[in-house]
Amino acid sequence: MKRGLTLFNRASLLVGFGFLYLPIVLLVIYSFNASRLVTVWGGFSTRWYASLFQNEQLLDAIWVTVRVGLISATVATILGTLAAVALIRAGRFKGRTLFSSMIYAPLVMPEVVLGLSLLLLFVALGLPRGFWTVVIGHATVTLCYATVVIQARLAAFDQQLEEAAQDLGCPPFKAFFVVTLPNIVPAVAAAWMLAFTLSLDDLVIASFTSGPGATTLPMRIYSQVRLGVNPEINAVSTLLIGLVATGVIGVYLFQMRRKQDA
Amino acid sequence: MSARRDRTGLAALGPFLWLALFFLFPFLLVAKLSLSDTALAMPPYAPRLDWAQGLAGVQAFLAGLDLQTYARLTSDHLYVAAYLSSLKFAAVATAILLLVGYPVACAMARCSAAVRQALLMAVILPFWTSFLIRVYALIGILKPEGLLNTALAALGLGPVSLLNTDAAIYIGLVYAYLPFMVLPLYAVLERQHHDLLEAAADLGCTPFQAFWRVTFPLSLPGVAAGTLLCFIPMVGEFVIPDLLGGSGTLMLGKTIWTEFFANRDWPAASAVAIALLATLVVPIALYQRQQAKLMGTAG
Repeated sequence: MKRGLTLFNRASLLVGFGFLYLPIVLLVIYSFNASRLVTVWGGFSTRWYASLFQNEQLLDAIWVTVRVGLISATVATILGTLAAVALIRAGRFKGRTLFSSMIYAPLVMPEVVLGLSLLLLFVALGLPRGFWTVVIGHATVTLCYATVVIQARLAAFDQQLEEAAQDLGCPPFKAFFVVTLPNIVPAVAAAWMLAFTLSLDDLVIASFTSGPGATTLPMRIYSQVRLGVNPEINAVSTLLIGLVATGVIGVYLFQMRRKQDA
Repeated sequence: MSARRDRTGLAALGPFLWLALFFLFPFLLVAKLSLSDTALAMPPYAPRLDWAQGLAGVQAFLAGLDLQTYARLTSDHLYVAAYLSSLKFAAVATAILLLVGYPVACAMARCSAAVRQALLMAVILPFWTSFLIRVYALIGILKPEGLLNTALAALGLGPVSLLNTDAAIYIGLVYAYLPFMVLPLYAVLERQHHDLLEAAADLGCTPFQAFWRVTFPLSLPGVAAGTLLCFIPMVGEFVIPDLLGGSGTLMLGKTIWTEFFANRDWPAASAVAIALLATLVVPIALYQRQQAKLMGTAG
């Protein structure tokens, strides 16, 4: 469908993307505002970035969030790869229906319900809530997203290649690592990034599963936002948006290059 | 061959045990707790299973479970109102999303391949950006002395007070979920052949008729996917009503949060969660069936 755009088409694009991006653009611009008043432009300044690096509570929260993200995304990706292999390759096995429903249900379940159920588990087990309970919560939810991403790639991969390797005398386990895994690496990497970003963003599950001393960045932002708009939050948001945008656009350009090379 | 496949199933063991312990079992705990009553204890509910008493303990525990919490919820008009208003917010916002998202997806599908790729990226990017930060960005615009009113004042209009109103919740829902509506619509519209519209024109259709009788019916799978993809999570939404809506906003996600954190009424929070899930079972089943159908036609 490549025909000229009508005026209505152009207007739709302008309104749609304007609506999507205007708030973020304004947030970024106002993070460089010298004035404490969020709507009065007091000249360009990086003072909020400077004061951000003095704010120990915020820095603490960033550090907690990054560690939670790294660990939970890694656990989720490993479990997600295993789950994808089982779903695509194993055909029928005992408990398959239950297994695939457990993979898909958390994707559509309201976060509030997931958070509540995890908290009840930790209370029932007598586990003190803190850093590790947040990691478990995030790994549980993101593992389902990771599975879906890896599964899609694995389904497209020609299994005969692995079988050929086995016919040539390669043990099945090794065949998977030498033949299949290198081919699904882009999906595994994408799954890890998705899991990491979801963990970085999550407020609801972290609020339910966290305890004293393990406040994540979204929890800190949330409690600040309830008190009103604050230029330091603008600054830390801008840094986060910049980080994620660079990562996503980088991966995208990398994939485009690969496609052109191929 | 079959021996090899049997062993592949073992890969499921790790994730299976993980999900059984951290997803399925907690979910059963929620169901159990919704049948319990509140109590002045820590944790604040009764009955509690006393293993020390053996079978008698289990019997006493089972006897203590009842539907009292559900009876309490259905007789309290506040919960009923929250339930209905959640459905209303989600339904109205989904309708607005369709009206806003469809023209955007249509226009995207008509762009050249390179522009399409860039626009697709631009739709996906907000999905990766923190939901909380995007809602926060809206607050800066909507609040009384915010940028919207500054702009309106410059035009000699306003002021309007939107923050802490239902209108702000709708703006927030549409803003946050627009990518989820545009993507599935774009996916079906992009695959449509322009020849179809030309054929319709040759047969005497006006452009509007061609759209209504050819493009739109063919895009219905995308409409269904987008509708469900937006409606399902919006019913249980917490962040948007909490930050953009007023203190009197009634939505189930917020009710669960408040019952749990503010009122420490764990059985009520659990019962509301179960009611929310029971409501979403039908749309979720529809969505999964539709996805399975889409995959079937694609592969």
